[in-house]
Amino acid sequence: METRDRELTPEQFRALEEGSRDSERIAGPSIGFWRDSWERLKKNRAALVSLALIVILFAFAFVLGPLLTPFSPSEQDIAQRYERPGAEHWFGTDEFGRDMFARVWQGMRVSLYIAFIAAGLDLVVGVTFGAVSGLLGGKVDGVMQRFIEILNGIPSLVVAILAMVVLDPGILSISIAIGAAGWTPMARLIRGRVLQLKDQEFTLASRSLGAGNRRLLTKHLLPNALGLIIITLMLTIPSAIFTEAVLSFIGLGIQVPNASLGSLIDAGAEDMRFYAYLLFFPAAVFCLLMLSFNLLADGLRDALDPKMRK
Amino acid sequence: MTEQTQNGEANGRPLLEIRDLKKYFRVGRENLKAVDGISLEINKGETFGLVGESGCGKSTAGRVLVRLYEPSGGEVLFEGKSIHEATGSEGRALNRKMQMVFQDPQASLNPRMIVSDIIAEGIDIHNLAANGKERLDRVHELLETVGLNPEHANRYPHEFSGGQRQRIGVARALAVDPDFIVADEPVSALDVSIQAQVINLLKKLQRERGLTYLFISHDLSVVKYISDRVGVMYLGVMVEMAPSDELYSNPLHPYTQALLSAVPVPDPDVELERERIVLQGDVPSPVNPPSGCRFRTRCPYATEACGHDEPVWREVSPEHWVAACHCIP
Amino acid sequence: MVNESTNGTSDAVLRVDDLRISFSTYAGEVQAVRGASFDLRRGETLAIVGESGSGKSVAARSIMRLNPAANTIVRGGEIVFEGEDLLRLSERRMLEIRGPKIAMVFQDPMTSLDPTMRIGRQISESLRKHLGMSRAQAAERAVELLELVGIPNAEERLRQYPHQFSGGMRQRVVIAIALSCDPQILIADEPTTALDVTIQAQILELMRDLQERLGMSIILITHDLGVVASTAHRIGVMYGGKIVETGTVREIFYNPQMPYTWGLLASIPLPTADRSQELIPIPGSPPNALDPPAGCPFSARCPYAMRICEEEMPGYTTFSDEHRAACWLHHRMAPKVEPPASIGGAK
Repeated sequence: METRDRELTPEQFRALEEGSRDSERIAGPSIGFWRDSWERLKKNRAALVSLALIVILFAFAFVLGPLLTPFSPSEQDIAQRYERPGAEHWFGTDEFGRDMFARVWQGMRVSLYIAFIAAGLDLVVGVTFGAVSGLLGGKVDGVMQRFIEILNGIPSLVVAILAMVVLDPGILSISIAIGAAGWTPMARLIRGRVLQLKDQEFTLASRSLGAGNRRLLTKHLLPNALGLIIITLMLTIPSAIFTEAVLSFIGLGIQVPNASLGSLIDAGAEDMRFYAYLLFFPAAVFCLLMLSFNLLADGLRDALDPKMRK
Repeated sequence: MTEQTQNGEANGRPLLEIRDLKKYFRVGRENLKAVDGISLEINKGETFGLVGESGCGKSTAGRVLVRLYEPSGGEVLFEGKSIHEATGSEGRALNRKMQMVFQDPQASLNPRMIVSDIIAEGIDIHNLAANGKERLDRVHELLETVGLNPEHANRYPHEFSGGQRQRIGVARALAVDPDFIVADEPVSALDVSIQAQVINLLKKLQRERGLTYLFISHDLSVVKYISDRVGVMYLGVMVEMAPSDELYSNPLHPYTQALLSAVPVPDPDVELERERIVLQGDVPSPVNPPSGCRFRTRCPYATEACGHDEPVWREVSPEHWVAACHCIP
Repeated sequence: MVNESTNGTSDAVLRVDDLRISFSTYAGEVQAVRGASFDLRRGETLAIVGESGSGKSVAARSIMRLNPAANTIVRGGEIVFEGEDLLRLSERRMLEIRGPKIAMVFQDPMTSLDPTMRIGRQISESLRKHLGMSRAQAAERAVELLELVGIPNAEERLRQYPHQFSGGMRQRVVIAIALSCDPQILIADEPTTALDVTIQAQILELMRDLQERLGMSIILITHDLGVVASTAHRIGVMYGGKIVETGTVREIFYNPQMPYTWGLLASIPLPTADRSQELIPIPGSPPNALDPPAGCPFSARCPYAMRICEEEMPGYTTFSDEHRAACWLHHRMAPKVEPPASIGGAK
């Protein structure tokens, strides 16, 4: 019906008082970038399941594993060798009578140490190299990129193997070898992001205010590359675990009596025909770990991607 | 609307002098001649409007002025001294005196920083605040100056609208107390009703603080409204320059005439009646500008001579300069 | 060349009635369109004017059902075309309508064309699919279409790729594709916003010319009142998801009845105006679509707002055959208010 004809009271036509309406008000609490991403991550079921799985596996490796078994990973009991999985040894025993349950979790711990150290190297070397290369540009960038290209020409496995031939096998040396072989993707990605960000207006604004390179990097470029860094690290970890497993297969990995998932799988593969359980448990943990990290990384990529933000 | 101030000019000179400025970019083997020789002066307290379409070089010129680019030729003098030769503390002082407001409200604020850090960046770099409290006070003061609330200081850019973000950008530029501000299309990405907010803010700030502006835009109506003098650029060169009212009422260069004619007027009867000059063809590439007069490929009055006779930049009437060819009396 | 529309609604080719469209996002429901009604007459250009967040683009895309299916919710209303409700048609039926009956031109010519396909093929695609033409016939028609939109050397250019065309030329190609099957309705969503002003003038002239020649009905979505003044017959002003005023182009420019329309007109610098005249901005920002206000969406920014404005959405008041506005100021009990002096035909 026509507005004119509505029956209304004079009260309703009084002007609103000044200041009772704030046209510049922003409704709602401040939503930071991380909170926003977490909300988005929560919607991805695969990622959440992976996250839960990782938490559970970590709990077992560092806390529950050692707690729940009375045996130590290196305790030998020849009388109990090659026991199938049962009440006393949940994952069975190996050729020396060592409890597989304890060994699998130790293996996972060692694999993770290696992976984290390698990832740390990736972070420090890869990010620095890529950021400096991207920011400085010009000839410096050219030289640094040629260096990466040469390094990339050599398969990463070969680099790792060569490094292991030179160094003595041990957790630290393996980590360095894997790290040295795998930092180039991070460097390339960070360089790409820095190149992108360098021309954004907020970076230009900062430059025009007089900011030097250091300030640009720490306040503007790296914070906006953080998402990318996290995702890449999240993928470096399974990659490192896998590389270590390959090194173990060719005998350059962790040496006995220490165990990593890779070396356990290698040992288990030898006895696979008769004692399949020796292979099954470390391989299962290995696969779950790899899968979870990969799915989580995928989920994080969607959650942290600035383009999808509304 | 600001009158020319004779006082305040350092040594009787204009605040900013641009002499035959050139900026080329290398694209593969060739040179992209973004700015190919422009000269102008800006006096203290005035607003100079720089107008042109995409590819004319106006944004590049603006960035050369705030020293984001090194010029390929020519020079820029601020208060009589060359800006590109300044180093060290002189260079830093220039960063404070000449500031820029950017175009894109989305991209001009770091999405990971809160507003107070964004605005205070200049204060941090130049150590203008003695302690945290002083810094915060200054930020609040600046927020209020641009019409926002102090509570906004703890929020992130994405929580604000485009107009509000532009105002934060203005606050950031003001934080270092500049004398000269290059406004590079500051309102082009905003809604019409919001544009007016930001324009009024800029005018108010100019009155209160005696600021000098270079206002870059492709929007002729806005430029006319805010500028004292206007320069029209095409493919890297200036084709006409005159006081605002004079340019719009008496455009001499064919490109200026076409440009003014192309702007649709928000008045139906006027639109119905008026004569339009519609240019044919596209803007040539700045990599290979046409020989002689650059505008000849689209000019309705082009003759053969235009291919080899370069127009002469001269003052046709007081304060009214044109790249003069056979069209200009 | 802009004529006053004198036809009644019996000549409507498209009727949008109380359209309500929302999007579900993780933050909640974004109410983009909250009850928009307008109709398009044969042979006219209807401009839907609004700023960002007004819902005009969403409304236009709803006509073609181009909103992302995954999170679009149709909360109500209908879009009547040739006796059918477009909102409730099957996707198969919509495929028959998009192109031959209703066509759309988008804002950004850079991304509207497939960069890996030759222009000729992009134009022929539609002809061959909808009109069943053979390759040769389609190629011939494609040449005709390119000439129609003013692209010289048409035969040669058919074989080129989009990156070999400039922005203005690409927009012409996009228009050619839209016109290829002789649609009755052309929806143009900010067709010239991304173009330089001299190129914009060319495209607008082309559109006016085509409308005269082909008798198409055009819905023009834009925020640019200058473009509206030079090409539209009737205007619908949209704010906060609702149409707040409709009328002929002269009625809206010279006798606007709603404070938002006053605000829009007062905030534009006219190239002819005196510089000493103040630009009157509209303070504040558009309403939050996640939590729209109960009453009039403009009340938070309106200088004349009253209590009732915040509480309840006003209905329409009719001023002429074509002219309606939704504002409580028209109620007989409301105070009399004069629009600002700077608008309303002051020349």
